Amino acid sequence: MSDPADLTIVEAAAALRSEDLTAVELLAAVRRRAAMTEANIHAYLTIDVEGAEASARAADDAFAGGEDRGPLQGIPIALKDNMVTRGLETTASSQILAGWHPPYDATVVTRLRDAGAVIVGKTNLDEFAMGSSTENSAYGTSRNPWDPERVPGGSSGGSAAAVAVGSALAALGSDTGGSVRQPASLCGVVGMKPTYGLVSRYGLIAFASSLDQIGPITRSVADALAVLQGISGHDPEDATSYRGELPDFGSQIDRGVEGLKIGVVSELSGEGTEPAVAAEFRTMLQRLEGAGAEIKELSLPSTAYALSAYYLIAPAECSANLARFDGVRFGLRLDGGTVEEMMGATRAAGFGPEVIRRILLGTYALSAGYYDAFYGQAQKVRTLVIDDFKQAYEQADVLVTPTSPTTAFKVGERTDDPLAMYLSDLCTIPSNLSGDPGISVPTGVDDAGLPIGFQVLAPALAEPLMFRVAQAVEDLAGFDARPTLASSEGAA
Amino acid sequence: MTWEVVIGIETHVELRTESKMFCGCPVGFGAEPNTAVCPVCLGLPGALPVPNEKAIEWTMRLGLALDCDVTQQSLFHRKNYFYADMPKNYQISQFDFPLCVGGHLDVTTSDGDRRIGITRVHLEEDTGKSTHLGEGGRIGSSGGALVDFNRAGIPLMEVVSEPDIRTPEEARVYAQELRAVVLALGVSDARLEEGSMRFDANISLRSEGATELGVKVEVKNMNSLRSLQRALSHEIERQTKILDEGGAIAQETRHWDEEAGRTEAGRSKEEASDYRYFSEPDLVPLVVTDEVVAGLRSELPELPAQTGARFEAAGVDSIAARVLVGGSLGSLFDEAVVAGAAAPEVAKWLTGEVTAHLNREGADPPALSLDGAALAELIAMVEAGDLSSTAAKQVLEGVLTGEGQPRQVAEARDLIQIRDEEALAEAVAAVVAAHPEEMGRIADGDGKLIGFLVGQVMKATGGKADPRRVSELIRESS
Amino acid sequence: MVCSGALLGEIAVGVPSRLVPIDIDIAKVARLARLGLSEEELAAYGSQLESILEHAARVQALPTEGVEPTAHPLPMVNAHRSDEIEPTLDRDEVLAQAPDHVDGFFKVPAFLEDE
Repeated sequence: MSDPADLTIVEAAAALRSEDLTAVELLAAVRRRAAMTEANIHAYLTIDVEGAEASARAADDAFAGGEDRGPLQGIPIALKDNMVTRGLETTASSQILAGWHPPYDATVVTRLRDAGAVIVGKTNLDEFAMGSSTENSAYGTSRNPWDPERVPGGSSGGSAAAVAVGSALAALGSDTGGSVRQPASLCGVVGMKPTYGLVSRYGLIAFASSLDQIGPITRSVADALAVLQGISGHDPEDATSYRGELPDFGSQIDRGVEGLKIGVVSELSGEGTEPAVAAEFRTMLQRLEGAGAEIKELSLPSTAYALSAYYLIAPAECSANLARFDGVRFGLRLDGGTVEEMMGATRAAGFGPEVIRRILLGTYALSAGYYDAFYGQAQKVRTLVIDDFKQAYEQADVLVTPTSPTTAFKVGERTDDPLAMYLSDLCTIPSNLSGDPGISVPTGVDDAGLPIGFQVLAPALAEPLMFRVAQAVEDLAGFDARPTLASSEGAA
Repeated sequence: MTWEVVIGIETHVELRTESKMFCGCPVGFGAEPNTAVCPVCLGLPGALPVPNEKAIEWTMRLGLALDCDVTQQSLFHRKNYFYADMPKNYQISQFDFPLCVGGHLDVTTSDGDRRIGITRVHLEEDTGKSTHLGEGGRIGSSGGALVDFNRAGIPLMEVVSEPDIRTPEEARVYAQELRAVVLALGVSDARLEEGSMRFDANISLRSEGATELGVKVEVKNMNSLRSLQRALSHEIERQTKILDEGGAIAQETRHWDEEAGRTEAGRSKEEASDYRYFSEPDLVPLVVTDEVVAGLRSELPELPAQTGARFEAAGVDSIAARVLVGGSLGSLFDEAVVAGAAAPEVAKWLTGEVTAHLNREGADPPALSLDGAALAELIAMVEAGDLSSTAAKQVLEGVLTGEGQPRQVAEARDLIQIRDEEALAEAVAAVVAAHPEEMGRIADGDGKLIGFLVGQVMKATGGKADPRRVSELIRESS
Repeated sequence: MVCSGALLGEIAVGVPSRLVPIDIDIAKVARLARLGLSEEELAAYGSQLESILEHAARVQALPTEGVEPTAHPLPMVNAHRSDEIEPTLDRDEVLAQAPDHVDGFFKVPAFLEDE
């Protein structure tokens, strides 16, 4: 048997049930992989040694006692460090939360525990999920397992890197503008953003509440489905949580794409896309067509403005969401003669530059005299983006784009140019504005051997259709390359 | 120059729901600091608000009681400002789509009846409480402050009046009437001294006949109806003096200092607040159907104005009716009338002796050891001639101090009137015999002396004679 | 950055016609956001904000007359909870995370403003 750390959830679940593998062994394999790779990759901020071992033993006990809580039982899963875990340090990669041990668990954490999953630890991210490279982490940049000179993408870069390298079988990320899909694409793994409201945000440290959604990062489409099934569903603690009946997410997964209309968004796959990415994208389109899908070129004119709208809406919401970090009840406090000075000093010292930039931007966009021109107008553009998607879905069943216009870029390459960094999310942001689901599936590599992701977008609650196309893409791509660092030779 | 006074009042009312506005923490007084808190009301990272449906319903009830329209689709907004006792550093409140808009409250002052417009009634969350340490007045100069978040997140209704109020008395009566409505609805205990009902007033002066409003001053920190009226009187004087001298009023917030009897300027801020309202993305819109509104309307209890009108229709004069309603004596009144007493007589006792007793003791009507049946019994005893009005007051005092029911008290205190005609005639005869001169003057038409002789008889009988009957007997003897 | 020019060019389709001039009082914005930044920091953030806003301001180029703003991607209404008491947090656990506390209270420096 190969190293259990390289198994998919589906494979591991079978091995755990056939008694070829125990949860404790699986955790040990993942732990070994982390020990081999962390020095190079730095995917984790915190590893929960004792908690994970206890969970793994409990999972084995459950198996031994005939108790089976589903495919996640005994599976080592990592959490992006913006999901709160009771008693386990949670920082959102910010100095302002250094040493914070939350007194409660996020709903997704509770769901994972209830499903018998083993929470390995907390992964690195751009501070408060603001960024596309993890370079905005206060605790160091994570590295891309395919080339440690390069970023893993972000903001869920630690989660994507951990899954790619095998220091977790799956991870949760949060996606506000592409923060699950873009790092998944850059790390050669699957990343999925569910329909807004399908997964509870309770206990997710908010960046932009109307855009944030937790999603799985996995090594296969089927694994993403398994994790989504484990974490989704109505949560009374989240007023924006979807209350209707959930679709059967996997109901169409084996049906292939024959007869489906697949729309190509011209604004999101044209100029500006790196040639290798564009070529890989076109190759997959041909394969899809060969598998019986109808490919249609579609225009979503308002998506050209989506990035601008996003960079007003997200900072506006974050300027309020991050106001609670004030040195009064938890986290960092700097001295000040008055409470106002204390707060000002704490926040200026505790937040990194990108966070400060966005707080300032959002504060300005909401302030008297500017609201209508900036925030108000951005919300109208959001309406137009939603309308464009609706029209597009009248002509096509799903929409496809490259996940990211480029493959992984070098550490430091974009840090001085916030706008260039923001462009990493050009193709992913529109579906955050619309609230629709999207998934990135790895299909190949560029000349430098860096992975390229293919994005499938679907209408709200059309996850069954999205998984169906994503599974076909995965099958057609036959992508099975692994980063060299994922093997023991690579992790010198 | 004659100045016209323009006052608008913002009233905050804490709702006495079981749980807080956006979380399940208990609402109540007296808990140990920071024990009624959870991730939501502490504003911990990751926590999310979920609105309390009872608080929404109660706010709509108040809106309907004030004849407001309930907004079909209302929204919560974030009101952004930093303050150490506000956990999230934004308050979830309502902005351009409040729950209720456009109502009114009718009030009666010494100048007559007035209708005060209600701009809006909306729902928000309360802040925590900070206690300033160190010496030097309200603001500690050193030592910092202690913060308790038990109050943070308690549902808070805000009622905003139109600037329709013209005098401090009108302001007080408005506040009093609004409090009576809140109490009648049973949505808050509305205790001013504990801060569960709080008033802020906006006041400006303008030259008589002007249509534009003058510069507005916000007056805060008035924790009784009396101080509301006093503070506004003081503020009118202060502003009149400045304007008469050709000065300009500064737009500012001033705090009422009850002891000093004046308003004091707050520390002026560097710049006006900019609350950066935007719709709360953690919450979804509130949609209220016509059926729900109709249902709530049909379930409204009798409101103070209706109660007052009913009392008047029963023969109570309008001033007494207002005192009964304003003093929460309505249910006692109704009980006594049901027990058979005449409405005007019941009103007379409640607004007179009973109200005086409550004022003396600083007590609330529900705490009284007098019920409606007892009051009816007392009135019946007076009407039957068993008690003189003087004796009846003594009996009432006995009842109020817990000595028992009226007849028990009257007997124990030996206050039952002499109804034995023979005994009474003897007592009168004795007095008549002892005052021949006075009897002569009465015979000559000096009626005033009858009262003197009645008094002599009452004295002789230890107050147990019926003065009306004594008076008749004296007339018959002259 | 290879593609940034091209992409921003693409974003700029439709020449902005009614841009609100970008005029940032960065010190005031920082005060509103309770960020105690130095003069140098303010200047640096101020110019960065201007360039970001120049691009973000392109939203104004899109005609939006009669378009309703979207605050929320979901067409959901009335997500309430019933008025029931739920467990509170353990105070010791809460205060263990506080930068300063005394006698069960959170402790903060003195207030400057009185409101």
